[in-house]
Amino acid sequence: MIEIRGLEKYFGTLQVLKGIDLTVPKGEVLSIIGASGSGKSTLLYCINALEEIQAGSVKVDGTDVHAKGTDINALRQKLGMVFQQWNSFPHLTALENVALSPRIVKGKTKAEARDIAAKQLEHVGLADKLDVYPSALSGGQQQRLAIARALAMEPEYMLFDEATSALDPELVGEVLDTMRLLAEEGMTMICVTHEMNFARDVSDRVAFFHQGVIEEIDSPDKIFGAPKSEHLQKFLSNIR
Amino acid sequence: MEPTISFFSGLQISDLWYLMEAAWRTVLISALSITIGTVLGVVFGWILYEGRWAAALTLGPLLDVFRSVPLIIQLVLFYNFAPIIGLNLDPFFSGVVILGIYCASLVANVARGGMEAVSRPMRRAARSLGMSYWQDLRYIVLPIGGRAVFPSWVGVALGVMKDSALVSVLGYIELLKASQILITRTQEPLLILTIAGAFYFALSYPISRYAASIEKRWTS
Repeated sequence: MIEIRGLEKYFGTLQVLKGIDLTVPKGEVLSIIGASGSGKSTLLYCINALEEIQAGSVKVDGTDVHAKGTDINALRQKLGMVFQQWNSFPHLTALENVALSPRIVKGKTKAEARDIAAKQLEHVGLADKLDVYPSALSGGQQQRLAIARALAMEPEYMLFDEATSALDPELVGEVLDTMRLLAEEGMTMICVTHEMNFARDVSDRVAFFHQGVIEEIDSPDKIFGAPKSEHLQKFLSNIR
Repeated sequence: MEPTISFFSGLQISDLWYLMEAAWRTVLISALSITIGTVLGVVFGWILYEGRWAAALTLGPLLDVFRSVPLIIQLVLFYNFAPIIGLNLDPFFSGVVILGIYCASLVANVARGGMEAVSRPMRRAARSLGMSYWQDLRYIVLPIGGRAVFPSWVGVALGVMKDSALVSVLGYIELLKASQILITRTQEPLLILTIAGAFYFALSYPISRYAASIEKRWTS
């Protein structure tokens, strides 16, 4: 379970998160929607401590992420993250990209790490690309590679930061399919997304961010069917 | 018949061996200086890159001094004044110290550039997988940044090798000094300097070819 209480985040004097309270139980798929700059992505970065926070707390399975004594490198293994820019490691093949962290972080042997990597690449539909360098992969394939790389650490939660926003339109589908597959397998997911169909079809709950606060959070039916907040109504009418 | 004394004699085969031996000393002092300079330079580059300490304020200007003052002046100053503080180094080690520091001051900037070449999102992705700061540095920044600045580093290394000729002013008999000695004896500067130049070329060319082939392998 991820528990966020009273989270506040500043960049300099600019407050981007203004007191976020959010609980994500195991097995839930939560989509976060909202305009650019509303703090959606920043929230994800705060969950795995890629960003520091100024007030409040984030707890993952009871462990305070931002506490001084927390072994953040151990905790991050529970929290797989996929970024807008896929950030494939260009000097490694697809297989090595995925096998690297199981080997150096988890201390798996080369052979074990290879097996894990091969399995995860097959999982995301890249079984035929094991020995290919990222430069020879399309954006969609690289993003799936990034998903496999995160899954190889056997995370309990997956954080998706606009995983399809940087992709060409024809490549979005394959990445969304992979995310759907993970959701069906019961992965706990927090997805910051601009893909409203994905949010409606796959999520258990949808949260609408507006200027650093969660303005509305409910089932997809209610969010898209009967939005209460004025800002959400406006946001939805703008994107339709 | 009156015996004549000749001060000059022509170039002999043994002189070529003499030059070869001197070329080996050039390789030795260069390899040692470049190795020390690269290791130190990477550490300095990392300090400059992280840059949040006072060290960056003092280190940056210090490296600028070593980069800007002509090497020959640094060598003479160090060789002659180091004994005052109790450092009695022979010409070889004086040369290694100064060439090493000089190389480090050049490599520092190259290394910093390499670290800057690895984007912040890339490093965050590495950290998000549970890698520690040092694992990120070792497995992500070093190989990616290293490749980005490898050509610059080769340039620095070849430059330092050629600059090692300046250690001759301290009396270390490397390629250039050996050539001067032979010129004095044979009075054939054109021939001998051509041979010495060919030696320098023979040392540099394989390195730059090898470097080019590595680069090619990385980009394919």
